[in-house]
Amino acid sequence: MFKIIKQLTSVVAMFAVLFAFSTETMAAKKSKTLENTKKRGFVRCGVSQGLPGFSNADESGNWTGIDVDVCRAVAAATLGDATKVKFTPLSAKERFTALTSGEIDILSRNTTWTLSRDADIGLTFVGVNFYDGQGFMVRKGSGIASTSEFKNGTSVCTNLGTTTELNMRDFFDSRGISYEPVVFEKADEVVAAYDAGRCDTYTTDKSGLAAQRTKLSAPDDHVVLPETISKEPLGPVVRQGDSVWEDIVRWSLNTMIEAEEYGINSSNADMMKTSNNPAIKRLVGAEGELGAAFGLDNDWNLRIIKQVGNYGESYKRNIADTGILPDRGPNELWTKGGILYVPPAR
Amino acid sequence: MNNIIKKFIPQILAILVVVLIFGFLTMNAQTNMDNRGIDFGFGFLSQESSFDVQFSLIEYSGSDSYARAFLVGLLNTLLVSLISIIFCTILGVIIGVARLSSNYLIKNSAAWYVEFFRNIPLLLQIFFWYYAALRALPLPEKANAWFGVTYMTVKGYYIPAMVWENLNVFLYCGLAAIISIIVLRNYANNLRDTKGKQIPVLLYSIALLIVLPLLSFLFGGVSLEFELPQLKKLSKISYIYEGGISLPPELIALVLALSLYTSTFVAECVRAGIEGVSKGQKEAAASVGLTPNQVLKLVIMPQALRIIIPPTTNQYLNLTKNSSLAAAIAYPDLVLVFAGTALMQTGKAIEIVSITMLTYLTISLTIAAIMNWYNKKIEIKEK
Repeated sequence: MFKIIKQLTSVVAMFAVLFAFSTETMAAKKSKTLENTKKRGFVRCGVSQGLPGFSNADESGNWTGIDVDVCRAVAAATLGDATKVKFTPLSAKERFTALTSGEIDILSRNTTWTLSRDADIGLTFVGVNFYDGQGFMVRKGSGIASTSEFKNGTSVCTNLGTTTELNMRDFFDSRGISYEPVVFEKADEVVAAYDAGRCDTYTTDKSGLAAQRTKLSAPDDHVVLPETISKEPLGPVVRQGDSVWEDIVRWSLNTMIEAEEYGINSSNADMMKTSNNPAIKRLVGAEGELGAAFGLDNDWNLRIIKQVGNYGESYKRNIADTGILPDRGPNELWTKGGILYVPPAR
Repeated sequence: MNNIIKKFIPQILAILVVVLIFGFLTMNAQTNMDNRGIDFGFGFLSQESSFDVQFSLIEYSGSDSYARAFLVGLLNTLLVSLISIIFCTILGVIIGVARLSSNYLIKNSAAWYVEFFRNIPLLLQIFFWYYAALRALPLPEKANAWFGVTYMTVKGYYIPAMVWENLNVFLYCGLAAIISIIVLRNYANNLRDTKGKQIPVLLYSIALLIVLPLLSFLFGGVSLEFELPQLKKLSKISYIYEGGISLPPELIALVLALSLYTSTFVAECVRAGIEGVSKGQKEAAASVGLTPNQVLKLVIMPQALRIIIPPTTNQYLNLTKNSSLAAAIAYPDLVLVFAGTALMQTGKAIEIVSITMLTYLTISLTIAAIMNWYNKKIEIKEK
C-alpha cells in the first residue's frame, strides 16, 4: 500500500514538473505572452500534422493554409514580420496539453469550438475562421448515396480525440445502427486504413474529407456524402488567463475578415490610407489609436493586411485555388450570403 | 548516541528533501491549474462517456460512464497481454530448447529466429504486421475459408462462435476433473513416498480431463453448436461476415508482434536455465537408474526453473507494458480508450494519466507477485 501511495505522489509530482516551467502570471493591461513573444522574436503556433488548405508544410518546410495565416497575422501585428512564426505540428490528442502547458501560445489547428472545451480545460476560443460540419466519405462503387443507407456492421475510420468521435456515436446511436469505430491517432493512418479497405467509410469534417481525399491512391473513386451531421465551427484557441493576448489574436483574425468586407487587400492597403471612409482608415491604421488598446503600434492591422492579406485572399490562395473547396459556402461574408460576420473594429 | 545520529540524520534529511520537493511540485501544479481555470477532480468518471469503442469484452455503449470505458480499455489490455504471454511462453520454450538441440539445422534456425526478432524495434514489428502483412489480406468477399469455416480478411479474422446450452454443467465437470487430478497427484506422491510405487499420473490426468467433460455432454444435457460466420452485404461493393466471432486485425497484429518479440527473450531465459544446470546432475541422475524422461522432469527442470522464472517474470512485465503500443494501430487498449479518447473529451490530463499509470503499476505488481509466489514455491527448500 505504501508503495502505491509513493507512486501516486511521484506521478502527481511529475506533472507538477511539467507545469512548473510554464508559470506565467497575468498582469493588468500587460500581456506576459506578448512580452515573451517579443523577447523571443517569434510567435509559437500549434498546427496540424498536415491538412492541405488549413495547415500543411511543403517539401522545404514552408507552412501554408488558412490556420497558418492566423498565426502569421498575429506575427505581423506583434512582431512586424509575418514570417516570424515557429510552427509545432500536433496530433489531435496533444494539442490542448501543448497549449495549456505553455509550449505554444496559439493553437490554430482546425479545432472545433465547443462549450466543454471553452469552459472546462483552461482554453479560450477567440473566433471562427472556418465554418464546417462533419460528413462521410465512401467508395463510389458502393452505390451508397446517402447516410441513410448505412447498414449494421459498417466499419468507420476516424481520428482519435476529436468531436468526430462523439458526433458519429450520436449519429449511429440515434438511428439504431451498430457500427465498428476504428480510431487512429494520426490523420495519415486513418487515410491509409480507409484506403486499404479496413473501413467502409471515413468520417471527419467535410473540409478535412475534401483535403484528405487528395491523399488517397485513387481520389476519384471516392465521394463525400451530401449530409452534414454536425456543426463544426473551427477557430484559433489561446490559453485562458491572458486576456490581452486573447484580444490580439481575436482582432488579428477579425481584421482579416473585416478587411475583406471593406475591399481592402494586400495590394491596395497602402492606398486605402487616404480613403474617405473612416472605417477603412481605422482598419489601415490611418485613424484612431486601435493598437494602443493591446500595447501595439498603430500600424498593426495594416501590416496584417499587407503581409498576409484579407480573409478572402487567404481562402482563395489556400482552399479555393488548391481545389479543396472552391465554393465558399457558409464561409462567405454576411454581405454576400455567407455567415462570416465580425464585430466592427473601432 | 553519536552512532544513532550518524545513522538517522542523513535518512531523515533525505526524506525531508523528498517531501519538500513533492510538496512544492504539487503546490506549483495546483497554482498553475488554478490560474488556468482547470479543476482537479475525479467526478468525470461517473459522467456519460458518449463515445463508442471498437472492441469490448463487456457490454458497453456511449451512454455508459467513463469509469466503464476505463474498464473496457483495461480488459482489452489484459486480454492482449494474456494471449501474448501464453503464446510467447509456448514459443519461447520451444525455441529455447531448440537452441540446445544437437541437430545443426534446428539449432541454427532457432538462433537466427532469436537474433532476428529481438533486434528489430517492437514498434516497427507492430507496424509491419499491421500495415504490411495484414493490410495485404483479401477483402471479406474475396477471402478463402481457412479450415473450412474461418475467414482471414483485411477487416479481421472471423471464426465460428460457440453456442452453449447448460454451459455451467460443463464448467462444473471441468472443475471436478481438475480437483480429482489434484487429489490423484497427492495420492500418487504419497504412494511413491511410502511404498515406492509409481503410477502414470499424467496419463490418468489427461483421461480425466477428457472423460468428465465428455460425460456432461452425454448425461448433463450440455450441447454445443457452432454459429458460422456468414457473408453479409453492406453495399454494392462492401461486405462483412456476420455471426461468429470477429477478431479485429489490430488485435491479431498486436498479439503477433508482442509474442514473437518477447518469445525471443523467453527463449534465452529457457536456454540459460537449462544450461545453468551442471552436467554432473544429469549424469548422477542417470547413474541412479532414472530414465531420461525422469531425469528431465525430476532433476533438470526443477533446477532450471529456478533460473528461468525471475528473468521470465521481467519479460512478462515488459510485454504487458509494451502492449500500450497498441495505441499506434488503433487497438482499443487502456491507453487508446482512456488516456486517448477519454482524456481528450474531458481534458482531465493529470487525473487520467495518473489513473493510467497507477493501473499499469498495479498490473505489473500483480504479475510480479504471482511470479514471486511461484518462484518461492519452486526454490530450494533448505532443511
